Amino acid sequence: MKFDTRAGTNPIDQLKVIGRATDRIDGPLKTSGTAPYAYERSDVAPGQVYGYVVGSAIAKGRIRSIDLTEAKAAPGVLAIVTAADAGPLGKSKRNTAKLLAGPDIEHYHQALAVVVAETFEQARAAANLVRVDYARGKGRFDLDASKPAAKMPEDEPDKRFGDFEGAFAAAVVKLDARYTTPDQAHAMMEPHATIAAWEGDRLTLWTSNQMIDWAVGDTATTLGIPKENVHIISPYIGGGFGGKLFTRADAVLAALGARAAGRPVKLTLTRPMIFNNTTHRPATRQRIRIGCGRDGKITAIGHESWSGDLPGGQPETAVKQTELLYAGANRLTAMRLSVLDLPEGNAMRAPGEASGLMALEFAMDEMAEKLGMDPVEFRVVNDTQVDPMDPKRPFSQRQLVKCLRDGAAHFGWARRGLPGRVRDGRWLVGMGVAAAFRNNMVQTSAARVRLEQDGTIVVETDMTDIGTGSYTIIGQTAAEMMGVPLDRVVVRLGDSRFPVSAGSGGQWGGNSSTAGVYAACVKLREAIARQLGLDPATAVFAGGKVQDGGRSMPLTRAGALVAEDTIEFDKLSKEYQQSTFGGHFVEVGVHAMTGEIRVRRMLAVCAAGRILNPKSARSQVIGAMTMGAGAALMEELAVDKRFGFFVNHDLAGYEVPVHADIPHQEVIFLDEVDPISSPMKAKGVGELGICGVGAAVANAIYNATGIRVRDYPITLDKLLDRLPQMT
Amino acid sequence: MANVTEMEISRRGVMAVGAASAMLAPLPAGAQVPAPKAVPVTMKVSLEVNGTRRDLEVDTRTTLLDVLRENLHLTGTKKGCDHGQCGACTVMAGGKRINSCLSLAVMHQGDEIVTIEGLGTPEKLHPMQAAFIKHDGYQCGYCTPGQICSAVAVLAEIKAGIPSHVTAELTARPMVTGAEMRERMSGNICRCGAYSNIVDAMADVAGADIAGVKA
Repeated sequence: MKFDTRAGTNPIDQLKVIGRATDRIDGPLKTSGTAPYAYERSDVAPGQVYGYVVGSAIAKGRIRSIDLTEAKAAPGVLAIVTAADAGPLGKSKRNTAKLLAGPDIEHYHQALAVVVAETFEQARAAANLVRVDYARGKGRFDLDASKPAAKMPEDEPDKRFGDFEGAFAAAVVKLDARYTTPDQAHAMMEPHATIAAWEGDRLTLWTSNQMIDWAVGDTATTLGIPKENVHIISPYIGGGFGGKLFTRADAVLAALGARAAGRPVKLTLTRPMIFNNTTHRPATRQRIRIGCGRDGKITAIGHESWSGDLPGGQPETAVKQTELLYAGANRLTAMRLSVLDLPEGNAMRAPGEASGLMALEFAMDEMAEKLGMDPVEFRVVNDTQVDPMDPKRPFSQRQLVKCLRDGAAHFGWARRGLPGRVRDGRWLVGMGVAAAFRNNMVQTSAARVRLEQDGTIVVETDMTDIGTGSYTIIGQTAAEMMGVPLDRVVVRLGDSRFPVSAGSGGQWGGNSSTAGVYAACVKLREAIARQLGLDPATAVFAGGKVQDGGRSMPLTRAGALVAEDTIEFDKLSKEYQQSTFGGHFVEVGVHAMTGEIRVRRMLAVCAAGRILNPKSARSQVIGAMTMGAGAALMEELAVDKRFGFFVNHDLAGYEVPVHADIPHQEVIFLDEVDPISSPMKAKGVGELGICGVGAAVANAIYNATGIRVRDYPITLDKLLDRLPQMT
Repeated sequence: MANVTEMEISRRGVMAVGAASAMLAPLPAGAQVPAPKAVPVTMKVSLEVNGTRRDLEVDTRTTLLDVLRENLHLTGTKKGCDHGQCGACTVMAGGKRINSCLSLAVMHQGDEIVTIEGLGTPEKLHPMQAAFIKHDGYQCGYCTPGQICSAVAVLAEIKAGIPSHVTAELTARPMVTGAEMRERMSGNICRCGAYSNIVDAMADVAGADIAGVKA
């Protein structure tokens, strides 16, 4: 099904199942511990043995030699694979660094070897006996030092509109400020894990991966085998946030280990290895310039960002939202990319926007203050309903102003005091606001839907559920389309034998994958109607029956039927700018003596198209708000600039929010349907919640204390010497 | 550690040949030979897991967590960090919640172990499991069994009058408040960020004032 005209009324609009707050259909399995994750499939591939990865102890250089004598002699060892004996390996274009290093080392903890043994304990012990002789090379690990040599990325040229420099110079009120964000880790709870089994030259991977079809192709490319020989199974994924978008070392080394050992191999990356072996959100250095008239209207807006990555890597696209979020006739956005020999930078939840809005929405707060305007009003004044650089291109929907105004009313924004003036006992109390913004991308997505003899509807698609609620919204979509209750729908996900879906990334999965299911259901409805001698155009599917022209028949009368289709998006996604919006409101307390920061209240008001399942959508938003609070207050991969690695590479050193850090969170979804986005009229919501929330926290800290900390995370040591004098 | 003497290894010997081979067999102190092929040191251990006695012979290096997951295939107990930093492996041992990754299986001879599978099943959910579903107190589901085991234990700890860091008066009974629950649950990380909903689920099970928790 090609989606190239605005969606009209369709069966989804009935909202009998869609749009209702629905418990997740995978809930009983997940809460009882019976949902099987990748490492837990003892029911498949008999004779599994254990793999253990050896990571590089240097960040840059070469392996002179590896001595495997002791390791090979260790009890239980079945095989050891290094680059020297792995055979020729390819590299997917989605991987920047090789997944098995040697002889060259590209980054710290890059995998060098996999040890396969009968038990986990044996594999671990033997891995510690692998002796590597390194020739340490000189690496580049300091983003600030690398800035002068940074280059404009080839596929991300500077964007100019009007005369930014001239307009900024002439502006009556100006801000020119610099912000920094650190490297951050996904730190999903389930470590990367894979069970690999070969049957002849065919490989099956039970793994934890967000993008099944990418995994098939990239595994094939890496191992040099045909794509059709790779079978990927990933029905339950213990979090990803972008960290499991790609085939990683666990998959490749399990496959190589299994081939060498002649046995199925199960392998997980250990927690301390994940932070340097896999990908992370790169640090940024950002400069924002805003020029305004006295009326608060932006006349010039410029956003520049510097980031680093391995050779051949990509920039953190932190300036992207600034192209679209606010009006202004004169604009500049630019990125510069340095070569760094730190581990590979790549996508983490809302890549670009999450870091970019931490700076932009901080700058908007500073500018509002310079103008003497309320920060909500300053944003409202600069709203735009069209692409500022292409005014013929409207937003399909844009309710940012309502998000901010409704949020302000609901949160009690009017009670916000002057910076450093509101006290609650020993706590300085402040409120902050920020806009949330994230584009709605749409992706081709296919599904197969089957009517079983007994009336059960079975949906199969390689879509993944990484905690997002895909199982449930896909089930709801099929139930709505086929006129059956949700409990008559069986949803099967995450298997490369199923039709190729959009996968989970870029908050495109929910809308795109359900639109694919919609398309397949339209086909199945036609097949059923024809089978029953009814007119597919007018047949109504409801209550397990099909009705048309006074005739009513149970679905089961049609017998078993199957249909498959693909939703493909066309020009609508170019003619209109599709984006999601929100307003974040945060109240913090800062301890007047210690500088301890506590988040007291959080509210997000979101406009993101039709909300397919308000229960799981709300969870997506509160989860993203939590991660954003972490980014504002604690998350930072500490770079050792001498040896080139992230020092705090476990869950004690890399601090993420815990229960005690997060108060009750509130989310309000505005009524919105977006017929431009898909037949579902929905948009993405998985990343919107992290966009801007960090700045709202920072702005609240300023309001509480009168202190601007432009270097994230805002930890108490950055406040201590500047806290208001005690009287 | 009754078996230490049987192994007859000097501290110097351990350091010289490495921890792995030290587990294997007696070696003369200062031996420099590569580790010989040998079976790992194993021990018999009996656990009472979810009400069923399980007699096992395990590698002495095997954690309680790995015995549950790898030997008994009770994979509801999750390995998130293997270092006691995330709480995903929380189980009850002898009636108290522990990180099962932080103790060796052989330290639990005779212990009663309750895992998530022992709390309830998909067909017959424990009230806490049902409340997590009702309040959407999970997303990816990987930390969830540990959260649920901790949540059940936390309510019991509050009921038993055990104070926490945020209990204002040590002599007064702690109450089921948002602050008490959040403090006591803080060893269980949820990266998906379901905290707000988890506390709602716990309050629901405790019969506490949810509106009060939300305030």
